[in-house]
Amino acid sequence: MLLAATMLGLAWRVLETPDMFEAVVVFIVLGLLMAVAWARLSAPDIALAEAAISAGLVGVLLLDTLRALTAGGEEASPSSGAEGADWVAAAATALLAGTLVVAVMALPAGPVGLKAEVATALPESGVSQPVTAVLLNFRGYDTWLELGVLLIAVIGVLSLRGAVRLTDPPPGDAGPVLSWLVRVLVPTMVLVAGYLLWLGKTAAGGAFQAGVVLGAAGVLLWLGGRRPIVSEGLWKVLLPLGFSAFLAVAVSLMSAGRLFLDFPPEQAGILILSMETAAAISIGATMTALFIGLHFPPGNQPPSTS
Amino acid sequence: MMAQDQIYGIAAVLLFCTGLYGVAARPETLRRIMALNLMGAGVFLFFVSVAWRETATADAVPHAMVLTGIVVAVSATSFALGMLRRLSGLDRKSREEEDDPTR
Repeated sequence: MLLAATMLGLAWRVLETPDMFEAVVVFIVLGLLMAVAWARLSAPDIALAEAAISAGLVGVLLLDTLRALTAGGEEASPSSGAEGADWVAAAATALLAGTLVVAVMALPAGPVGLKAEVATALPESGVSQPVTAVLLNFRGYDTWLELGVLLIAVIGVLSLRGAVRLTDPPPGDAGPVLSWLVRVLVPTMVLVAGYLLWLGKTAAGGAFQAGVVLGAAGVLLWLGGRRPIVSEGLWKVLLPLGFSAFLAVAVSLMSAGRLFLDFPPEQAGILILSMETAAAISIGATMTALFIGLHFPPGNQPPSTS
Repeated sequence: MMAQDQIYGIAAVLLFCTGLYGVAARPETLRRIMALNLMGAGVFLFFVSVAWRETATADAVPHAMVLTGIVVAVSATSFALGMLRRLSGLDRKSREEEDDPTR
């Protein structure tokens, strides 16, 4: 109850505070509280991903964008007092909220959903953690297309940003503290990512969490003045790696006379692990590329494509 | 006394509606992008609260969907931020051209 009330208060603050910087910071704090809520709702997988994404990646992206906008002296400045509360929108949303609350109260109690089906099919999936089984085996199609969405997002950001090249050296020079931190933290983060990936078979963890940690390591490397991946060809291999790994596995399964992404139970474990590894590496590369694509060139206007 | 999952469900609805209000009523694009994320968070929270239902082990299918959804939301957000930055760059350029008396 307290947690829920705090979250709603923070959400309101994100919208209401005149200071954009405060809004972004409150938004990040809200993401951390969401992670606590996930843990309370016995969803440790989501809690891990949310903590890494909202505290790490989204925060960095939002703050970076805010800084770039402020450097341009627009948009980020406190809006004029004329804005006030938009009463029509407020009334409409309040009405919707009331209706939805009534609907939530009227939901049938007791367990619903596919829990029993998942539990029955779990022994055939090759892993013992239900969330990983659903992600990679039962609903592998969703996950495959989701990696496709990530790929499209990177292509979109890079094409918007014109002449950005992922292999360009990062601007600026990191101080001694940051360089030292990068040297200590990045290997640790890669290790943690590998551990999370392996853990996904039996406990909370898996490709998404590992990939996000890898992405954070890549961003840190970049901020520390190093290029995470030096060659352009390697970028071109790593970004679509997860997507193509899923496709390759699916096609080879189909040529073996099975359905699309329908694993034979005896090999499912190793197939899932290799696909998860590919997905994690590619998610990490994607997150880093999204950051570099947004960040570069720092503070200046994007180069014109004309 | 309300059940725990109802508290989270109602909180999720209110979070979604707060975000919706923000998208509709706030002028700054960056804040609207954040409000859009609030709406998404509300939807995710509702999903998981339904999956939870006071039982020891939660339903894994909504969990997997929310996990996928979070990552997609991040990539969509960064795409939106990319568009916002491009837009503000173009705005600035056109303003500079207007201010320039030699043109």
